[in-house]
Amino acid sequence: MKNSYIAPFFGNKKGMSGLLIITLFVVVAVIAPYISPFNPNEMVDIPLQAPSFAHWLGTNHLGQDLLSRVIWGTRTSLMVGIVTGLLSTIFSMIIGLSAGYFGGVIDEILTTITNIFLVIPGLPLMIVIAAYLKFRGVTPIIIVIAITGWPSGARLLRSQMLSLRNREFVTAARILGEKSTHMIFSEIFPLMLSLVVANFFSAAIYAILGEAALEFLGLGDVNIVTWGTILYWAQNNQALLTGAWWWILAPGLCISVLGAGFALLNFSMDEISNPKLRGR
Amino acid sequence: MRYILRKTGFFFLTLWAAVTLNFIIPRLMPGNPAENLVARFQGQISDKALRAIEIAFGLNVHESMINQYFEYLGNTLRGNFGTSLVYFPTPVIKIIDQSLPWTLGLFGLSTIIGFVIGTLLGIYVAWRRESNVSSVTLVSALFVRSFPYFWFGLILLYIFGFMLGWFPLGGAYSTKTSLNGLSYVISVIHHGFLPALTIIISSLGGWLLTMRNNMISVLVEDYITVAEAKGLKERDIMLKYAARNAILPSITGFAMSLGFIVGGAILTEIVYSYPGMGYILYQSVIGQDYPLMQAIFLMISLSVLLANLVADILYGFIDPRVRE
Repeated sequence: MKNSYIAPFFGNKKGMSGLLIITLFVVVAVIAPYISPFNPNEMVDIPLQAPSFAHWLGTNHLGQDLLSRVIWGTRTSLMVGIVTGLLSTIFSMIIGLSAGYFGGVIDEILTTITNIFLVIPGLPLMIVIAAYLKFRGVTPIIIVIAITGWPSGARLLRSQMLSLRNREFVTAARILGEKSTHMIFSEIFPLMLSLVVANFFSAAIYAILGEAALEFLGLGDVNIVTWGTILYWAQNNQALLTGAWWWILAPGLCISVLGAGFALLNFSMDEISNPKLRGR
Repeated sequence: MRYILRKTGFFFLTLWAAVTLNFIIPRLMPGNPAENLVARFQGQISDKALRAIEIAFGLNVHESMINQYFEYLGNTLRGNFGTSLVYFPTPVIKIIDQSLPWTLGLFGLSTIIGFVIGTLLGIYVAWRRESNVSSVTLVSALFVRSFPYFWFGLILLYIFGFMLGWFPLGGAYSTKTSLNGLSYVISVIHHGFLPALTIIISSLGGWLLTMRNNMISVLVEDYITVAEAKGLKERDIMLKYAARNAILPSITGFAMSLGFIVGGAILTEIVYSYPGMGYILYQSVIGQDYPLMQAIFLMISLSVLLANLVADILYGFIDPRVRE
């Protein structure tokens, strides 16, 4: 049973490239202290140097080595993406699965709330909440993104739940007198696993982009090293207008490539569960 | 008709939710940051304007929460958002009045262009799904969709604004020379080009992928096989038979995508110092100008909700089945 999920995955080129990209970033994050050529917070050379052999990605306005900052930034950015993605997915599951399972008034209320949060634009809401927070840092960013990131997942999981709850095996379990929690988690959940995982990938992309945006705007802790804060300092020191393109290029590329990694995984999951989508 | 009523009802419900969020958020925060705001305003603005701010943030009010809430609702309905701090002493509503048209113009146009190009590419990629061009386009779309808008904006600005000097580095029109008629229009297009291009390209990927997946699900339907067997022209099958049905979920997905693109547009405006709602929102956040910030959030939500309502009603006309 398990192999029928795993086996096609290894044959899927997009899925494998996605997995490769994410593994690469995870490895970089884990071994950051060993591969980072300099201390990311130390002034190591003349400020605003273009990429060279000594500094592959150049230096910033304080003479800090940008490659080291990008490597260390991978840690926080990846962590925020994964933790926030998990948190959003849990919210989506609680709301979506209970709406679909219990039906009736509970479904009406939860669906309405989901639809409302689905159309209220997320980033402006994040900015407003973050602007009121006195405490700036990684935790508030995770919470703020998770609060706005759950609705689309909840909607998907709800409709899947609706179609599963009336299957015969569920009815059979109900007649046998199983508890709702047992039904949701032991009987129905395993069948939704691929959808939940796909949902996590989308939530992670949303989180990585959201984190970058909030930090770029200076709504995070600007003193920690992440891809978003590297871009914040670049923007605040007019990096582009002084011609320091190297300061902007790498962190943004990392965000895009990591996002694409999750997107590739997500896409391959779609292809595996829905063979129609397989192009070639 | 019932369909339109239901959608309009949902529009008002969501709008109410947005307005209420605006009321609740500052009250939930530990140590209301708006406190020193009122202190800064004291004696500088009319009592009525000060009162509106106090009500909006729940300061110095001895009334019950319910009364505050209704007074706040009344103020919001009348457009009484108080006075801006960053642009003191301009009333908030006047700033919104000046910045809203820029955002609606730039953002509305680029979203529509992005949707059209992305959808057309999606149709093509699905139709030619065996070809290498399609695979490359598909993977590029996944990649482009993950671009942070503001980063891509910075890159375009660097290449075409700073390095090549083809486009201005910011603003919505030239302030150096006095402009009239045609030269004003040209200046606006010249300034709007790069921000528009940023939004179009960054939003393209999402539309492309949605449309491609819809198309592929439709292409295996029997009526497509029948159309092929009848020997209809390939172009006709692609556009009139397949795309017409495949586009429906794309329009439903509009709601979700719109909120996301609006976020991107806000960041794009900041990068290009484009004097729309996003840029003003940023200024208000930096200047801790809470009245302006809240009003902008409401206006952005209102615009998105209205666009959704229009999309929903259009959808009802295109696909009569949903009216049931």
